Amino acid sequence: MDERLRRLLGASGPELTCDECFAELDRYVELEVSGTDADAAVPGMRAHLEGCPACGEEHESLRALVAGDDA
Amino acid sequence: MAPAASLDLESRAWIDALGDDGVVRDDAVARLHALLLRAARFEVARRRPALPHLRGNELDDIALEAADDALVSVLARLEDFEGRSRFSTWAYKFALLEAAVKLRKRSWQGREIPLEPESWSLLAARGSSPEHEAEQSELLGSIREGIESVLTPHQRRVLVAIALNGVPIDVLAERLGSTRGALYKTLHDGRQKLRAHLASQGLAVDRAEGGNRHG
Repeated sequence: MDERLRRLLGASGPELTCDECFAELDRYVELEVSGTDADAAVPGMRAHLEGCPACGEEHESLRALVAGDDA
Repeated sequence: MAPAASLDLESRAWIDALGDDGVVRDDAVARLHALLLRAARFEVARRRPALPHLRGNELDDIALEAADDALVSVLARLEDFEGRSRFSTWAYKFALLEAAVKLRKRSWQGREIPLEPESWSLLAARGSSPEHEAEQSELLGSIREGIESVLTPHQRRVLVAIALNGVPIDVLAERLGSTRGALYKTLHDGRQKLRAHLASQGLAVDRAEGGNRHG
């Protein structure tokens, strides 16, 4: 799906709310950075990050910050 | 919930020191503020290219304010830390959130919030072939029709502002006296209605970029 359609329609399937996303974000990012299947561990997170621009940006920032710490 | 027994050593040290009193706690709070300030400055640096109108000292002030607010949040929520990540990662997210929200709001300060479509040109078809372009045109036309006909006025304003006009959800929430979570629920419900509208017309959006007609 292209960027315009993603912004308008979001991702298909169940997704977390913004509050649930924030609660799980630190664990999800550490799983990602460690190479573990974060999407299997936190169902609905990927769909929310694709659908919510703000949470998506904050996820990118936390992943970059943690990856930098671990480098 | 109390922290899990299996905290890593560093996280355990943070929790113990912040739960202490006197000099030990004061020192831990100062180190926590430094950690949060580093995260807030990291966020400011990432967004700086998109904020050319903000001067360096303004950005420094935003980072410091974000770290201050994040410190209050973290200290108030220590009991919520379950040890499912390192303490530093858990704390970082508060500083990144505070900094990101402040930067979005500063970026839109004094600007009118467009709640109606500024232009439908975003929905112009851009296919890689005449056939693809025709499919896209049909799909995007149906989305536009759905925005105008199946959404409630509130769903339409929220979806148009966020998804079509690029208004940050935190900025819109502040102007409408709402919250990110509440507006996202509205956005999500509107999207579901649009998807149902497309499905009722035999249009699918997930199988291929630009969409295909069922059957």
